[in-house]
Amino acid sequence: MFNRRSFLTTALGTSTALGTSGLVPGWATPASGGNLGLPLLHGNEFDLNITKFPIRVDGRATHAIGVNGSVPAPLLRFREGEEITLRVKNSLDVDSSIHWHGLLVPFQMDGVPGVTFPGIKPGETFNYKYAVPHAGTYWYHSHSGLQEQSGHYGPIIIDPKEADPVAYDREYVLMLGDWTYMHPHKLFSTLKKNAESLNDNRVTVKDKVPMRGMWDQMRMSPRDLADVGGNTYKYIINGHATADNFNMVFTPGERVRLRIINASAMTLFNVRMPGLPMTIVAADGLNVQPLETDEFQIGVAETYDVIVEPKAANAFGFVAESIDRSGQVVATLGPRPGMIAPEPTLRPVPMLTMKDMGMDHGDMDHEGMDHGSMQNATPDHSTMDHAKMDHAKMDMKAGPDPHGPEVQPASAQANIRRGPGVANVAAMPVSRLDEPGLGLADMPHRTLRYNQLRSLEPNPDNRKPAREVTVHLTSNMERYMWSFDGVKFSEVKKPITFHEGERLRLTLVNNTMMPHPIHLHGMFFDLVIPDTEGDGSDETHRPRKHTVIVKPGERVGVDISADNVGDWAFHCHLLYHMHAGMMQVVSVLPKKHAMRVPPDDPMPAMMDQKNIDHSAMGHGSMKTNPNKGGK
Amino acid sequence: MRLSYSVRSLITAACLGLIAAPSTAQESQPQSSETTPPWSMADEYWGEEAMARSRKAVQAASGAQMHNMLMADRFELQAHDNEEALIWDLQGWYGGDINKFYVKAEGEYSFSEDAVEESEIQALWSRAITPFWDIQTGLRYDLDPKGKTHWVFGMQGLAPYWFEIDAAAFISTDGDLTARIEAEYDILFSQRLILQPRIELEASAQDVADIALGSGVTHLEAGLRLRYEFKREVAPYIGIEWQNSFGKTADFAKAAGENSSATVFVIGLRAWF
Repeated sequence: MFNRRSFLTTALGTSTALGTSGLVPGWATPASGGNLGLPLLHGNEFDLNITKFPIRVDGRATHAIGVNGSVPAPLLRFREGEEITLRVKNSLDVDSSIHWHGLLVPFQMDGVPGVTFPGIKPGETFNYKYAVPHAGTYWYHSHSGLQEQSGHYGPIIIDPKEADPVAYDREYVLMLGDWTYMHPHKLFSTLKKNAESLNDNRVTVKDKVPMRGMWDQMRMSPRDLADVGGNTYKYIINGHATADNFNMVFTPGERVRLRIINASAMTLFNVRMPGLPMTIVAADGLNVQPLETDEFQIGVAETYDVIVEPKAANAFGFVAESIDRSGQVVATLGPRPGMIAPEPTLRPVPMLTMKDMGMDHGDMDHEGMDHGSMQNATPDHSTMDHAKMDHAKMDMKAGPDPHGPEVQPASAQANIRRGPGVANVAAMPVSRLDEPGLGLADMPHRTLRYNQLRSLEPNPDNRKPAREVTVHLTSNMERYMWSFDGVKFSEVKKPITFHEGERLRLTLVNNTMMPHPIHLHGMFFDLVIPDTEGDGSDETHRPRKHTVIVKPGERVGVDISADNVGDWAFHCHLLYHMHAGMMQVVSVLPKKHAMRVPPDDPMPAMMDQKNIDHSAMGHGSMKTNPNKGGK
Repeated sequence: MRLSYSVRSLITAACLGLIAAPSTAQESQPQSSETTPPWSMADEYWGEEAMARSRKAVQAASGAQMHNMLMADRFELQAHDNEEALIWDLQGWYGGDINKFYVKAEGEYSFSEDAVEESEIQALWSRAITPFWDIQTGLRYDLDPKGKTHWVFGMQGLAPYWFEIDAAAFISTDGDLTARIEAEYDILFSQRLILQPRIELEASAQDVADIALGSGVTHLEAGLRLRYEFKREVAPYIGIEWQNSFGKTADFAKAAGENSSATVFVIGLRAWF
């Protein structure tokens, strides 16, 4: 069944784990050579039990809500295309659920209470049944309340039906987490009372802040990199804090595959292995063209598979540093079990810039600027001569980037419900795919940028999108309010609608001061990289992801083929942002509905979605010549 | 837990209803009788009723939650010559993002007189109208000197450059108009050590002889408090404050044998939870 070389090398560890799966908590799993560091379940049938249980993190007793008594939950391993059954029992006294993150499953199996199913009641067992048509590294977690923060998450490996294009001798799963000993609901209400009270990187009199007056005038902090920092969180890898030293073993010369999953509630991590370059081979589960780098930022819910080939018999550190540099966790990859890699000192805390405010004006005259008229600007300002910029003209010319489709920009004014929940609207959002993660710009080594990623396989759908749907990420940090388009999920009356079979562009504009990992359930999206001219393969090999970090002040487009009919959750994967309302539902309506549209009506009633640019929606031309859609 | 949540919701709804009946719409849950549900494709698999219930629950839990806070902004001993006084300046709220029910209490107990010299309590409906500002209205009742009731209209929020402002006008049942503005600013020496300049200015539109107020600016307090946040929620402080009465108000004070101006040392605790 598992005939790959890689599996044989891990078989010993696997059978050990199998014998005790569900009994040994993650933190207690022995770090012996070759295991995956986690209890493992594999096959086609799985029994999962959600309970509350005591664990230790960093030597301190605490309690978790999780699956089969371990944090992380057991690794589920099955094969691409095979039908599997997962019997999930809820032994808690509150509702629970499991969402299969990144897996293309029928929507009624997606596991989001109130959207795709009613949730799992206490004492109930819910049977999930599906076959997943793709392979890779994914994960699963609760989509109920704040259970994810308490350890209700686990990894998934789907082995490919055919030979794996990635060769490796040994593999490990690394689930990054942020543990708190605080009750998650207390944590959330603390943020509601005083939104910056869990951030110990506030600007002090000693800090030099460029344009401090402007930041202060706007009541925004350039140190607002993370809502919850290292004073509240203990950062963990597979349930292990640095002192618990999660241990991986290798034999020099081996190709070691690390499957890295960011399962934290609120923490984006900078990941690096000092002295050891990493070759990225998969992003969000799907293979990418191998790319060697030294450090990358991983958003909450993203996954990266990397290959490392340590030649020397040294203990290498696997360092996951929180984006606000308030803490880190180190695991060890060494030639012998039990080795401890040195922990690097935390690097200086980065500072946000005007660009993060969506206001990178360069030499422009702030006083004379008409923000309102500029919200429709073209994304790429780096090539613009700001001083000579003619705003009126710019609006007129605001068109598609030359390499993307002929998509009309979204409506001239950002379609945001302004009010107490929206403190800032980015005047000039720009593309930032050519930048590494926030705070990694000036590293002395290579850092990953999204625009370097290329899918290994050609994209399955290369049609150009016929329309654009724009969603604005909005917030008021002071009140800890988070939303899409200024509307909290609690106030949503209509979902975002897609139509089965259509190809469309979803444009995300970040009006907040913080990077948001935005996740769309039920479909992968192709990242639109504006500067890919010259390389013929690029447009057909865009990286396909289920989660994308949208940097502050950024405008990023993703192209989607709406193939999976159903209601799908769409949200920021920072748990407390979602909890505050940064969520929506994307309804992919079946074709039969679209058929009811009179052919001469370009705007079907059900598509009454406020962000659609009507002029760009020639449905007739959509199928025949999408390039000419619209004007 | 769900029970207590709903009970608390009821209590707030009742409170808000008393203070300002039309205000609760914004905070209420999405349509109680969903005629057209916002999305419903899962209904055919799991049943309309089960989905309606869970849909309502997930929406309510994604932005419509209620929270509460209690804060002792100043709870301090003031010492000046041989006179010592205990000052309290407390506020609490309960509510959602837009509408909140506020209670504010302020007062002074004099050790030398062994008496509460000033004490008032306010019950206010607070509504967020812009990203940084709430308007507040409600009633203030004076416990010491006892008896006056005022209608309150105020603004509370964060001014540009991070000034915390609490300003209100009061109209008493006798028809007297008074006003008060407080401004606070935090200067961070470190994440823990914070210096807070604070100004409180009071004014009256007319003489109010029974409580010894003259028209015009009546009182000014200007203080500096240095606090150490052991936890963000708990911070003891020391400080100094200059207090002054003006015009006729000062004359009233002198006539009563009190100082119209004083510089006091303070030691106290700032706490919230």
